[in-house]
Amino acid sequence: MSEDTLVATASQTVGPFFHFGLTATPYDRLVDHFSAGTPIRLTIRVTDGDDLPVTDAMVELSQAGMFGRMATDADGRCEFETVHPSPATGHDAARRAAHILVCVFARGLLRHLFTRIYFRGDPALDDDPVLQLVPEERRHTLVAFPGEILDAPWRFNLRLQGPDETVFFNV
Amino acid sequence: MSASFHSGSQPPLLYDGYRSTLRRAPSKPLIRLPAALSDLREPVHGWWPIGETDNDLTRQHAEEPQGQRIIVTGQVLDEDARPVTGALVEIWQANAGGRYRHVKDDHPAPLDPHFTGAGRTITDNDGRYEFTTIKPGAYPWRNHDNAWRPAHIHFSLFGSTFQTRLVTQMYFPDDPMFDYDPMFQSIRDDRARQRLVSRFDLAVTRPEWALGFSFDIVLRGDSATPFEDRV
Repeated sequence: MSEDTLVATASQTVGPFFHFGLTATPYDRLVDHFSAGTPIRLTIRVTDGDDLPVTDAMVELSQAGMFGRMATDADGRCEFETVHPSPATGHDAARRAAHILVCVFARGLLRHLFTRIYFRGDPALDDDPVLQLVPEERRHTLVAFPGEILDAPWRFNLRLQGPDETVFFNV
Repeated sequence: MSASFHSGSQPPLLYDGYRSTLRRAPSKPLIRLPAALSDLREPVHGWWPIGETDNDLTRQHAEEPQGQRIIVTGQVLDEDARPVTGALVEIWQANAGGRYRHVKDDHPAPLDPHFTGAGRTITDNDGRYEFTTIKPGAYPWRNHDNAWRPAHIHFSLFGSTFQTRLVTQMYFPDDPMFDYDPMFQSIRDDRARQRLVSRFDLAVTRPEWALGFSFDIVLRGDSATPFEDRV
């Protein structure tokens, strides 16, 4: 280690009382009037190891550089407005499935967690190099699914713990 | 030597002493994402503009809040010791009596009508930030019998990318509650713990006005070792 290398400051939990500091102004739209693509709503529901709603989580998203941030409600849900993301091609020319980056904070999380939201029906899902790193039986935990009726929000279950827990990434 | 050798500089996800981790910490190992596949290094933008009194928590109401007026300042650096300019720094805290302006805080201490307890600012060209506020009080919580949190200010930092994201808590020197606080103790490495403790700074202290505390923060850099390898 060179003398000029520092150690990153330790993380501490966001705790239960962050709302007036961090989510009083909602960042619930990841799009502006110039965004191309099909407008969608995306509902994320956060649950714990007892399958109970996590009512004091904070969910942050990034899609094409746009920032989103919402607190979960009494049912563990938060909802964003965005556009259906477009697939990208990596530097290695491998096809990347369309996805949104997710960072989640909550009381009981001493560090934040990173995951990704993919979209059911995307033809690139089978080729995506990140999904390839995930055991096949867990890949579905990263895929959002459309609502059952027309124009209903897409849904994504973010399970912090349990047999069907969401895949989180070490980055 | 990489930062991964600083074992214990970050808290684990599961920590028995902090009860809320038991049903919320993931039970399966995190999946290592090679840097080439991570797009957490792409710039993120879209903050609301900063308002004039956003970094002075004592001037957000008609009158001044109760409590010891303090100045909290410091430099935000990356792991290569370069200043992080333009970082969004947000803080929130309890009032002088240890009560948060939050519907779920039922600690029977008075709310202060002149104190919200939330602030935000952007680091300058040297990576520096500054807040004026009041010293928060300690408060009880229900983690274990007779549990009290040491006085602290919550910090949220956002460099230009998600990779740099950090939420932490700043403590005050010589707090008698440190030894009993599972959040503070969840960090195994003592030096890493001590770096969360601000330093009383006479150079920051303003005569006949406010005590000064210095608190520098280090965000992850682009070449950073994955978080999970540091616990």
